[in-house]
Amino acid sequence: MSPVLSRRGDVAHAPSRAVSIIILAVIGVLFAIPILAMVEFTLRAGLSGGHDFSRWIALFQGGFTGTYRTVLVALGNSLGLAMGTVAIVLILLVPTMLLLHIRFPRLRRVMEFICILPISIPAIVLVVGLAPVYSVVARLFGSGVWTLAFAYGITVLPFAYRAIQSNIDGVDVRTLSEAARSLGAGWWSVLLLVLVPNLRRGLLAGTFISVAVVLGEFTIASLLNRINLQTALLVVSKADPYVAVILSLLALIFAFLLLLAIGRLGAERRVPVRERSRVKGKS
Amino acid sequence: MRNGQPLSSRNPRGTAAALGLLPFAIYVLLFLAVPTLIAIATGFFDKAGSFTLDTVAALGSPVVISTFFNSFWLSSLTAVLGAVLGALACYALLSARPDGSLRIAVDSVSGVLAQFGGVMLAFAFIATIGIQGMVTVWLRDTFGVDIYTNGVWLYEMPGLVLPYIYFQVPLMIITFMPAVQALKPQWAEANATLGGTRASYWFRIAFPVLAPSFFGSLLLLFANAFSSYATAAALSSQGSEIVPLQIRAALTSETLLGRENLAGALALGMIAVMVVVMLSYSALQSRAARWQQ
Repeated sequence: MSPVLSRRGDVAHAPSRAVSIIILAVIGVLFAIPILAMVEFTLRAGLSGGHDFSRWIALFQGGFTGTYRTVLVALGNSLGLAMGTVAIVLILLVPTMLLLHIRFPRLRRVMEFICILPISIPAIVLVVGLAPVYSVVARLFGSGVWTLAFAYGITVLPFAYRAIQSNIDGVDVRTLSEAARSLGAGWWSVLLLVLVPNLRRGLLAGTFISVAVVLGEFTIASLLNRINLQTALLVVSKADPYVAVILSLLALIFAFLLLLAIGRLGAERRVPVRERSRVKGKS
Repeated sequence: MRNGQPLSSRNPRGTAAALGLLPFAIYVLLFLAVPTLIAIATGFFDKAGSFTLDTVAALGSPVVISTFFNSFWLSSLTAVLGAVLGALACYALLSARPDGSLRIAVDSVSGVLAQFGGVMLAFAFIATIGIQGMVTVWLRDTFGVDIYTNGVWLYEMPGLVLPYIYFQVPLMIITFMPAVQALKPQWAEANATLGGTRASYWFRIAFPVLAPSFFGSLLLLFANAFSSYATAAALSSQGSEIVPLQIRAALTSETLLGRENLAGALALGMIAVMVVVMLSYSALQSRAARWQQ
C-alpha cells in the first residue's frame, strides 16, 4: 500500500496533521511577534518599567482632544473617502461591468485589462502624474480632501473588479436580464430589482475590500499633501508614538473584521455550489 | 463599437448602450490614462516645456543606477524569501478544509497584512526590533546579544527586509493558494496506482504543475516590493536609497541632482521595469491556467 493512498482525509497529497500544525505554528508565531510587540509597546508604563493599561484608558477617557483631534479629523476624512470611493465603484464601475457583460461581451477582455492595469502602475508613479491633474481638479472643485476619492477609485479598481466579476460569472446575468426585459421591466428595474439583489455578495465584497484599501492608503495622500488616517498616524507618531500604535492596532482589527466578513460571504457562496454538484452526481 | 449580441442589435439601442460606457471610459481616461502618460512624459520635458533627453539620461547617473540596484536587490530578496515561506504555508494549509474557519481566518489576516500594512508595519517593527523594541531588549537582556553593535540599521535599507517579508508572505498565500488548491487528488492516486512514491509525485507531477504559478507569484511579489512606498517612507523620513523614496525626494525638492523633472524619469524607469515584470507574469499565468480548470 502506498503512503499516498493510505492517508486519510480529503486531499491525498496534503501533509499530515502534525507537519501542517508545525509549519503553521512556526509561521504564525513569527508573524504574531510584531503584533505582540505593538501591544507590549502600548502597555509600557513609563521609564521605570512594568506594564499597565494607563495609555489605553487615558486615550479613551480623555477622548480625542488636543493632538489626537487631528487623528479624529483624519479618520473622518478617510471614512468620507471610503464612501466616495465605494460610490465610484457602485455607480460607475458596476453598471459598466453589467452593460459590458450583457451587451458587449467582446469588450470584456479590454475591460479586464483596464481594471487590472493599476496593479502594474505603482501608486508612487501615479502620483507623479496625478499632481498636475490635481492642480486642475483643485481649480474646478476646490482642494477638498474628498477629491482624492477620484484617485482612490483607480487604486481599488483591480480589487473591486475581481470581487464583483467573480460574482457576475457565477450568476447568469444575461438570462436574468432577458427574462426581466421580456416580462416588461425597464433597464432601471432590471438593474435595481433583479441584478443588484442577485449580485449583493460580490457588491458587498467589492465594497469591503475598497474600504480596507482606502483606509490603508498612504502614498497618494502623503505626496499630494492631503490628510488621511495613515498620514495623520505618521504625524502623531512623531509626537506620541504610543497613541499612534494604539490607533494602528485598532485600525488593523477593523480591517481584519472587514476582510473576515468578505471571507464569510465567500464561504456562504461556496457551500450551496458543492451541495448542488453532489445532488447532480447522484441523479 | 460593435454590438456583440444578435438578439438586441437594433441600432439606436446599441448606440445608447455604447453611450452608457462613456462615463466610466472618461473617468479611467482622466484618472488613470492621463496621469500615467503625464508621469512618463514629464521625464522628456524640461521646465520650459521643450523636449529634452537630458532628464532621461539622468537614469544613467551612478546615484540613480545604485538606487535601482538597491530596489532590485531588496525586491528580489524579499520576493524569494516571501515566496518560499508563503508556499510552505500554502502546503500546510492543504490539510485544512477550504471553507473551514481556519482558512477564512488565514485569508483575512493575509489580506490585512498584504494590503493594509504600510505605515503600521513601520510602527510594528520599531516596536519589535527598534532600539527599545521588544525583541531587541529581550535579546540584549537574556543573551547579551546586541543586534545594533554595528549601528542602527532599522531605518536604512537592511531594515526594510523584515517588514517587506512581513507583507510578502501573506501576498504569496493569497496568490499561490488557488494553484495549490487546484492540485487534483486523482493525480496523487494515479501516481500511487502506477507505483510512484511520494517523492516521485512531488518532483514529477506537483512541482512541474505548480512551477508556472509559483514563478508567476514570485514576479508579483517582486513587483509588489518594487512599487511599495509607505513602509519605507515611514521608516526612513530622509533617505532615498530605493527608487520610490528617490521619487519622493525628487517631488519634494526640485533640484535633486541638478536636474528638473527627475521624478518623471524615475517614474519612467519604474514603469519600464513593471511592464517587463507584469508581461512575464501574465505569460506565466496563462500557462498556469491550464491546470486550474
